[in-house]
Amino acid sequence: MMITLQIILFIVTAPLLSGLIAKIKNNLRMRKGQSIYQPYYNLAKLFSKDEVISQTSSWIFRITPFVVLSSALAAAILIPVFIFTSPAHQMGDFLALVFILALGRFFLALSALDTGSSFGGMGASREMFISSLVEPVFCMVIFAVSLQFGSTDISAFSGMHVIPVSSLIAALALFLVAITETSRIPVDNQETHLELTMVHEAMVLEYSGRSLALIELASYVKQMIFFFLIAQIIFPISLPFGNLMQMLLWVLWYIARIVIIAIAVALVEVTVAKMRLFRVADFLGFAFVLGVIATVCAILGV
Amino acid sequence: MISLLAKQHFLFDPLSLFFLAVIVLISLPSLIYSFSYLRGDYPAAKIILAQVLLLAFVVSMVLVVSVSNCLLFLVFWESMSLVSYFLVVFDTKHEKSIQAGMIYIIMTHFGTAFIIAAFMILRNYAHSFDFFAIKNACQIIPQPTKDIVFLLFLIGFGTKAGIVPLHIWLPYAHPQAPSHISSIMSGVMIKTAIYGIIRFVMFILGVDSFWWGILVLILAVISCLVGVIYALMEHDIKRLLAYHSVENIGIILLGVGLAMFFASVNLPYLSVFSLIAGLYHLINHAIFKGLLFLCSGSVYKATGTRDIEKLGGLIKKMPQTAAYFLIGAMAISALPPLNGFVSEWLILQAFFLGAFNVIGGAKLFLGICAAMLALTSGLAAACFVKAFGITFLAQPRSHYAQNVKEVALSMRAGMFFLALLTIIFGLAAVLVIKLLAKVSGGVLGIDISNMNFSLNNFTIIPQSAKNVYLSTPVLALWLIILGIAGFAIYRIFARGKTVIYKTWDCGYYKLDSRNEYTATAFSKPLRIAFSFFLLPYRKTQKIRESFYHVKSFTYEIHTTKVFKKYIYDPVLVLLFKVAKSMRRIQPGSIHLYLGYIFITLLLLIIFMGQF
Repeated sequence: MMITLQIILFIVTAPLLSGLIAKIKNNLRMRKGQSIYQPYYNLAKLFSKDEVISQTSSWIFRITPFVVLSSALAAAILIPVFIFTSPAHQMGDFLALVFILALGRFFLALSALDTGSSFGGMGASREMFISSLVEPVFCMVIFAVSLQFGSTDISAFSGMHVIPVSSLIAALALFLVAITETSRIPVDNQETHLELTMVHEAMVLEYSGRSLALIELASYVKQMIFFFLIAQIIFPISLPFGNLMQMLLWVLWYIARIVIIAIAVALVEVTVAKMRLFRVADFLGFAFVLGVIATVCAILGV
Repeated sequence: MISLLAKQHFLFDPLSLFFLAVIVLISLPSLIYSFSYLRGDYPAAKIILAQVLLLAFVVSMVLVVSVSNCLLFLVFWESMSLVSYFLVVFDTKHEKSIQAGMIYIIMTHFGTAFIIAAFMILRNYAHSFDFFAIKNACQIIPQPTKDIVFLLFLIGFGTKAGIVPLHIWLPYAHPQAPSHISSIMSGVMIKTAIYGIIRFVMFILGVDSFWWGILVLILAVISCLVGVIYALMEHDIKRLLAYHSVENIGIILLGVGLAMFFASVNLPYLSVFSLIAGLYHLINHAIFKGLLFLCSGSVYKATGTRDIEKLGGLIKKMPQTAAYFLIGAMAISALPPLNGFVSEWLILQAFFLGAFNVIGGAKLFLGICAAMLALTSGLAAACFVKAFGITFLAQPRSHYAQNVKEVALSMRAGMFFLALLTIIFGLAAVLVIKLLAKVSGGVLGIDISNMNFSLNNFTIIPQSAKNVYLSTPVLALWLIILGIAGFAIYRIFARGKTVIYKTWDCGYYKLDSRNEYTATAFSKPLRIAFSFFLLPYRKTQKIRESFYHVKSFTYEIHTTKVFKKYIYDPVLVLLFKVAKSMRRIQPGSIHLYLGYIFITLLLLIIFMGQF
């Protein structure tokens, strides 16, 4: 019951987050910008369109949209949303979440190779390069946070009344991971289709219609997961959840946390230029060092 | 000799039984596979020879893990090495086989020498070759001697296991043997070295210096990273898999090293837990690496090449082999819910649980080791996207992959069995861990009956301050349910039609396999990122018709094998130099040689007088 509710919540609200970030970015650039509901319009359009499947591709290409969506949603049910307990915490922990997301990525990269286009190969190669460098950063962040809380269970990251320094630094490292994983500037750019720079867009280039819609939806859900994780680490303060007034306050608090992170992402995207691909290694190296510093802080107990 | 084979020289404790199970589980499907694999390529007499050698190989491995006497251990260890040497050079028509066999036999004897030295030192104290006599004697052995014995064992067994920098023989020998043999060598034989480390270092010597565990952990991390980075640069599919064996031995040793570390700092619960994780990865690696080698053998048999740059599109012609390879690739990339995921999760958990219980800098050390393991699994996933994607997907890249048929039934049966095991060992993790707990407890001499690993029906719960759960059956169930839900959404909104058409070609009228990404191109970002270690260099050659027109252009990219270039080659050069200068005492005069014999005799008489 709780799980179904959470899955529906993620599917319904995840596109809004992308719309919100795009709106903030446009407003920061002094533009009016698209409506924040634009991602929903896009999805609706894609669902009603014809679909083209490459004749060189195999069943891998056809099942990938479902695998990608199911891995994103399976990861989503590990996230504690309602009263800070994840509905499926018996299924796995923070570490399992990393591996579950890797499942979707693995198939997406395979399907990109499946079409036989050079764009697909380029995207797959770059995506696997970047994601393999992300893994140690992710692991270091989990390590620092779980040292602080004594467990790798995401539900256990709560009940703090102060924000420890190590959590702050770990959240910053996770923020860099999130930027990388959601293919945003400075690592990737969701807005262009330029062969010199695109990573994620190159992988999904051959997808169209409903399949593309499912993959886009999975990306939105994945983005939401990262934002929730950052929020969970950086604001581990749980509010009481009793009467109607408290519930309302709780919902507002939740939305506020996510909006703050969305604003931060938009600010980074409009102020920083896209990096060269091989600079990403330095970028993630920096994130790894942040993870190590967070661990040292956690060991020192601050 | 007969009396040596008496009953008291064998032992069947849980550790031995575990390794016996691993040997049988991998050898059986390989044997079934070999029936069709060998047919057609070799004359009948040679096939019989191959089967006899295979049998001798399996029997000697079985005996290695079940004897309880050092002398017998050495005899069977040596026979295992020799039989496998003959299997490596089985394809005598390839010149490479002879070279690979040479490197293999030199390295394996280099390792055995160290093991013999260790046994000799132990014999000095125990006055017996029996395992239990030595185990008892180990209480009186002084610490410095123990340290030396440990290092001898580590080098000796490390050579067989393929720990970096002793891994040099692995990428030569494993690909050169027939594929079902590669599957046993990589899946099982190198594991007997892990058996040696567990049996002699952990069980007999007993771990009481904490630097042993640290040393093993550091070597393991280096093996993981070096193995996977070299694998990424390979496009010979069997050599790629051989490098992954180096990586996975590293992962297994992470579990073993952690167990040694925790045993020395008196954390018995964590020690048992880490050893469980290590042994779990051991059996998993045996299964999925066995599977992958069998699949690569099928590809080789069907296409006649091992170079993945020449393949492509095999998924349409060999659908079953492709599916089995995909399962193996997912397992080795630690993707849920397959077996590799469970064991890597357990090893990471062991690191995390350890960090909660040790103090200060050790926490940071464990954290960085865990991060390196995560990097390894990320790189392994990249490598297998390459291996599967380039071999099986898109369009054929050369005539090798054009007219290909699915392989024969017995080969498919062997692969099917191992693919099934991959899934079972992923889903039935709880049962496996229960069995492995007995093995680990027995090795470490720790009573596990009061240790609660909190195994619910389908859930593993490593104990910590706040419990952490993992349940692969539930995870698999959710992945399937959500996948079906996605499919339902896809069907419900089926308003448009589905068209099958050409891949988008930017308006260029004919897109063919030359436009596809190659394995070399795929790994280029990583080649650049790790260029400080790989030291890539390129060879280009232009053939010009005139100054303005380049007729053809060849481009080769190579990476420098640093261990070969900076460690092995100088040693070889030195060895030849020494041999050359030694030749001066062999001028050809018979009188001088008689003099040598006389002096040797005198020296021996004086030497014997000492005792």
